[in-house]
Amino acid sequence: MNVIIKTSRNIVIITIEGSIDSKTAGNLQSQIMETVAKTNNVLLDLSGVGYISSAGLRVLLMIYRQIKSKNGKVILVGVSEEIRDVMSITGFINFFEITNTLENAINSF
Amino acid sequence: MAEFDTRIDFYPTHEFKGIKYRRGHVLPFGATMVPNGVNFSIYSSAATSCTLVLFEKNAEQPFAEIPFPKEFMIGNVYSMIVFDLDYETLEYGYRMDGPFKPKTWHRFDKSKILSDPYAKAIGGRDTWLAPPNWDKLYPFRSRLVFEDFDWEEDKPLETPIEDLIIYEMHVRSFTMHSTSGVKFKGTFTGIKEKIPYLLDLGINCIELMPIYEFDEYEHSKKDPETGELLLNYWGYSTLNFFAPKSGYAASGKFGMQVDELKTLIKELHKNRIEVILDVVFNHTAEGDHRGPTISFKGIDNKTYYMLTPEGYYYNFSGTGNTLNCNHPIVRNMVLDCLRYWASEYHIDGFRFDLATILGRSQEGSPLSNPPLLESLAYDPVLAKCKLIAEAWDAGGLYQVGSFPCYGRWAEWNGKYRDTVRKFLKGDEGIVGDLSQRIQGSPDIYRSRGATAGINFITCHDGFTLYDMVAYNQKHNEANGENNLDGNNDNYSWNCGWEGETNDDYVNTLRHKQIKNALAILMVSQGVPMILMGDEMGRTKYGNNNTYCHDNELNWLNWELKEMNADLFNFAKHIINFRRNHPIFRNKDHFSNTDYMNTGFSDISFHGTKSWQADWSSSSRVFSFMLDGGHAKNGNSCDDIIYVALNMYWESIFIEIPRLPEGKYWHVSVNTDMPSPFDFHSLSDESRIEDQLHFIAGPRSVIILIGK
Repeated sequence: MNVIIKTSRNIVIITIEGSIDSKTAGNLQSQIMETVAKTNNVLLDLSGVGYISSAGLRVLLMIYRQIKSKNGKVILVGVSEEIRDVMSITGFINFFEITNTLENAINSF
Repeated sequence: MAEFDTRIDFYPTHEFKGIKYRRGHVLPFGATMVPNGVNFSIYSSAATSCTLVLFEKNAEQPFAEIPFPKEFMIGNVYSMIVFDLDYETLEYGYRMDGPFKPKTWHRFDKSKILSDPYAKAIGGRDTWLAPPNWDKLYPFRSRLVFEDFDWEEDKPLETPIEDLIIYEMHVRSFTMHSTSGVKFKGTFTGIKEKIPYLLDLGINCIELMPIYEFDEYEHSKKDPETGELLLNYWGYSTLNFFAPKSGYAASGKFGMQVDELKTLIKELHKNRIEVILDVVFNHTAEGDHRGPTISFKGIDNKTYYMLTPEGYYYNFSGTGNTLNCNHPIVRNMVLDCLRYWASEYHIDGFRFDLATILGRSQEGSPLSNPPLLESLAYDPVLAKCKLIAEAWDAGGLYQVGSFPCYGRWAEWNGKYRDTVRKFLKGDEGIVGDLSQRIQGSPDIYRSRGATAGINFITCHDGFTLYDMVAYNQKHNEANGENNLDGNNDNYSWNCGWEGETNDDYVNTLRHKQIKNALAILMVSQGVPMILMGDEMGRTKYGNNNTYCHDNELNWLNWELKEMNADLFNFAKHIINFRRNHPIFRNKDHFSNTDYMNTGFSDISFHGTKSWQADWSSSSRVFSFMLDGGHAKNGNSCDDIIYVALNMYWESIFIEIPRLPEGKYWHVSVNTDMPSPFDFHSLSDESRIEDQLHFIAGPRSVIILIGK
């Protein structure tokens, strides 16, 4: 799993590639939580993510909870149909705004 | 991690082939995530040693087997914390050593790897009917689950039980049919997709047939004639009491069944629909002495099962073994289990399969004060859960009306079912009995009130409502037991032809009888329960015991909703009618007096003449009037409602009571009329011309509203 963090127009854009599961979730969390703590706007680009496990979904929810407590916003982009289904089935989807393109996502903040 | 650094138990003390571990906490039982590790705890009163066996998910061979050091054992409990385990990919089990001496009730076998009775998820049947590896060393594998679901503001709904309309369903059967139109067929998510339908129908509670992990392949066999695979389809045989059925989850293959089921419950609650689980604590999937050793049998056979002095299994459940529910250890497990489901899954209530067994002593005799039933009734976590007993067992004990209730327990009212069925088919001598049933059975629930009884005419066992009016006899040949299985006392009447027919007269009468049944159920005091699909004329082609079929005998065909639109529309109306008239939902029994001084007593009985009920044995006509001033035992206000039930085969000229000045009778329901004139929508009832007489057509139900 690779994580790239960029900031654009006060939006922290986190691009993740690979699988987010119990093997990588801890690593992801430690890489991004410091940045997330300092912002109100997070855009998660999941275009390169093929699989998210239970543990992975929990990292997304942790980001949401942290940003929500600051009245901020989390937007997901590039969510594959399969991941979208899993998020819908397990209820995680209800917490997030999902857009189809990076441009739409950036304009949604 | 820093916050835990100061805790001594953050650090391992032992190492075995590279795996680090230390002494654990004896409670809670099961496997619990702790900082940097997992706490394992398991009980056995007679094992001589215990070994923790750890697997990578789906691996054939374990990656470690760690014997519990003697010093880790407190009392009869083995516990240890193992460090650096992957919560998501870990599967674990135990080996227990000890005597294999059935005559002294022990069946230890250290060659078996045993599943944890407290496991929160079980691997092995992750996807429904996926072909299993029968030679697997460890077939049903204990797993960990995350217990941090974000419920937001949700909690159990605590709807007063008298206001419930229960819809009994089977998870897979509800949406598996190709016509269901859902994306995730046959799953928990499939039910979620159908919430708009449930709201449209008007029910406010679903009762799920067993969803604890079971093995659909248990006792599976090929039908010798058709070659069809017969399964443990309904799932009344539990592998583990804490784990949801993975094969019912669209996400089971990813191990996310817990989140999926919780999401379903959260969505149902958002829509004010409660969830009751049908729970099977009377036996397990391990069968008798010939059955497999999966968990309880190899951990502590004499604690978990009722055994004969010779060491065989008592069989009060009719399935091979009987869980020893009134052993203090097992009692605590049942309590822990229900508390877990009530608190972690926000379950609103439980229906206990063959609950009479829970009131038997360890030797099998009925107890007058069964400790398990008492514990459940007084438990603080379960204090607001509905507790519903199937008050009989396969050992011949029938306790409808006498199930030990402690002011809490309700019962499936089998007498209601039998009486209403007999009345519907025109049996003589039923009117007196029927009058008790529509009042919430005060004859058997005198001190317990009207809500002690769950009224039903059909349930998963037995005919569907359509089959009840289409078949005189069961037709269970497809079950592969020469039509010998299933109940013979169906009290059904086929309306003149056995099975499907093109005869309009027969089909019209059948539809009328279904409407009659639904109407009687919805105007009765007590808690009504309808069976999935009865609202649209679902048929199982006369099979009254479809426990083994994964096909259209069980799957709900959603095209029936259009084909039998008259039934669906009527069911929807009569459900709505009940929900809008509080007079049908009293908590306490009627007193047959006018304690609110309205001019009418709360209930009065009538016949072809008003104020003169015909209680004679040849009577097939029964009418009653409910006074709305006594709704909710005088705490609410409603119209005056008059219900006439004519199960005679000819029309009857009925005299109806004279209303007070300024009030008029209006027709709400007349099942003798063809659809759409069989009912009038709420507040749009039609005022009748003759305010003192009414003609009740042959075999029909009339509901009048005085307002």
